[in-house]
Amino acid sequence: MSDRVAVVGVGAVPPRPLSVDRSYRELGFESATRAYGDAGVTHQDIESFISVCEDFHEGTSITDEYTPDQLGAVLRPVHTIAGDGLQGVAAAVMLIRTGIADLVAVEAHCKTSNILTHEQVLAMALDPTYERALRVTPHFVAGMEMRRYLHETGSPEDAVAMVVVKNRRHALGNPVAAYGGILSPDDVLASATVCEPLRELEISPNSDGAVVLVLASEEAARRTPKPVWIRGVGWASGSPWLAGRSWGQASYAGVAAEMAYRMAGITQPDREIRFAEIDDTYAYKELQHLEAAQLAPRADVTRMVMEGDTRRDGRLPVNPSGGSLGMGYCFDATALYRTAEAVRQIRGEAGRAQVAQATTGLVVSWRGIPTQSGGALVLSAD
Amino acid sequence: MKRKPSRRVAVIGAGLSLFMRRALDTGKELAYYAASQALQTAGIRLKDIQAVVMATAPDAFDGVHMKGEWLLDGAGGVGKPYLRAYVGGGSGVFSIISGWMMVASGVFDLVLVVAEEKMSSCQPHPQGAFLTIFDHIIERPLGPNLLWIFSLEQQRYMAAYGIRNEDIALVSVKNKHNALAHPAAQVAAQLTVKDILDSDVVAWPVHRLMVSPISDGAAAVVLASEQVARRLSDRPIWIQGVGWCLDTSYWGNRDLAYPRYVEKAAWMAYEMAGVTEPRKQIHVAEPYDPFAYKELHHLEGLQLADRGQAPEDLARGRFDRTGELPSCPSGGLMGVGNPIAAAGLMKVCELFWQLRREAGARQVPGNPERGVAQAWGDLMQIGTVAVLGVR
Repeated sequence: MSDRVAVVGVGAVPPRPLSVDRSYRELGFESATRAYGDAGVTHQDIESFISVCEDFHEGTSITDEYTPDQLGAVLRPVHTIAGDGLQGVAAAVMLIRTGIADLVAVEAHCKTSNILTHEQVLAMALDPTYERALRVTPHFVAGMEMRRYLHETGSPEDAVAMVVVKNRRHALGNPVAAYGGILSPDDVLASATVCEPLRELEISPNSDGAVVLVLASEEAARRTPKPVWIRGVGWASGSPWLAGRSWGQASYAGVAAEMAYRMAGITQPDREIRFAEIDDTYAYKELQHLEAAQLAPRADVTRMVMEGDTRRDGRLPVNPSGGSLGMGYCFDATALYRTAEAVRQIRGEAGRAQVAQATTGLVVSWRGIPTQSGGALVLSAD
Repeated sequence: MKRKPSRRVAVIGAGLSLFMRRALDTGKELAYYAASQALQTAGIRLKDIQAVVMATAPDAFDGVHMKGEWLLDGAGGVGKPYLRAYVGGGSGVFSIISGWMMVASGVFDLVLVVAEEKMSSCQPHPQGAFLTIFDHIIERPLGPNLLWIFSLEQQRYMAAYGIRNEDIALVSVKNKHNALAHPAAQVAAQLTVKDILDSDVVAWPVHRLMVSPISDGAAAVVLASEQVARRLSDRPIWIQGVGWCLDTSYWGNRDLAYPRYVEKAAWMAYEMAGVTEPRKQIHVAEPYDPFAYKELHHLEGLQLADRGQAPEDLARGRFDRTGELPSCPSGGLMGVGNPIAAAGLMKVCELFWQLRREAGARQVPGNPERGVAQAWGDLMQIGTVAVLGVR
């Protein structure tokens, strides 16, 4: 039996800041319906289901209780990964490779509009004894991290602003992206300072959304119309302590990408990866993640971004979908949005957002402040 | 689930902390303790471990968002692929299923599985954390708690089969007695049915001594691929089958007399393990017993007793440690304690020790060759099952 796994179905609702007309279960149902239809299967064909969710985001303890019905997964093998979307994908890949399931669905959703004060929820992720007493907001941690990154690399703040300019512009070509816009770096730098040097426009806006992916074994994938192959998957965590953090670089993404490349047999990522959908929860993160994923040496990242190499028509398009800055940030579902967009690119279905020769793509994810956990996924047309 | 897994996975080490009402150690420290013991018995070091699985129940116990991230250094996850698999109370047994996937996929050769729970940080009482598990529109306005809904389930079970509360109290007697031989046990005792039924009614028909206690604790196991297991261990215990099944969220629409999700999970695991006649082929069982009636309920779901007949089997000693099918020889959650996720993995540890004949005073007689561990959780909704064996 082959160990190859493919993404064969993608379903998502457009991320929006509000979704007053639908509950998270309805968002999940809609995404599942689309994904199963896209794969040409029904919920009865899916053999196992994985949901990705966190209690405090839902306001419900043991929130995995509320996952089966909307996926058509009642009385079926369902489990939850309280983690990143790509950890959910990794769990599905491993489940398929064991040989006991041919078709597995992965679901993640975000109903941020139900949360009154997300920053206070995030502050609850800090260690109650040593860290919460400092009363710092999550954006403050991001500001410190950005400061350290700029200090270590000597990058100008313009490079970070350019990421925002690029991704917001890319979003204009993506019909489901809510935050498309034409900005200049000066517009970004003129936006309010949240935690020096972090600016308001450099933070992805929170959005409601839901994504379902259908993954399949090679045998099952061959029977579906549009398989996109998962050549490699990796994920990793760094220290959970603020004090033990690698402030200047995304160490977790380095380990995750290495694992994914090893599985994919990729030795020269900067040549073999044709485009990337990379976490840009904060604009500077895109730069950190590019470096960690070995798509550019540290010294070149700034130049690449400033010279337009990472634009849709550049040498290495990054976030042609608009990324989280252009589409909205959906907590742990963000990684599945990035994956869904990468799949659309490889299938050649990205319309005005389409990248030329999008044969092999990389997805990099991050769980957000205060974690140092993230994943990497290499997707390919064959 | 049609096909058999192509790669085999073994348990080669197990570790357990003491279970207690209020540990002075933090959750991270408890996890560290159990994980270290598991690594030590496997004869390996943390640097040999390629990935880590964490199981821990609701974040509300600790009041920490993304609790899995917070706990990761105690479990040895720093710098490694680390995964928190989560199915409520079923997480303890699911953690080994998740670890099994990691190794059976061929992606990793050595995986550390850690389950931790520190319920005592939740003040004034961890039941408070469970007030938020209910549907926020339909159920929460009624103010239900776990004791309340499980007493409903017990009543339904008793009514459907004409079972008396005395029959169910026997589970507490057996398990608390079994736990006397367990060095990590929190609530071991020699009691009678009368003692159980004389204890306070917490939600009729559930008496205080028919409920497992609030506990802090941790458990851990090391999983290895076949090749690595044979090199590192002369007595690996093999994971022969795994199964899990989640029922609808709308528990009010279900017949609570029988856990059909446990049955489906059990058959998934049995088929994988090649078990066709569970009552003959399973030699020792560790069904989930957070409430006394649940052990009986689960023995029926696991196909180890006829529906409604488990109480009778129990009364004639079939499930005693020296009986025909020893059930909860560890002392279970009723005797050893119930740090939720850790309690599920404790059952897997018990099978590991029983099958290696290392269980000391708890050792079941004969030569047990195959055992089953099971946990249950969410809204009386999920069954997680693992079948372990000596070959």
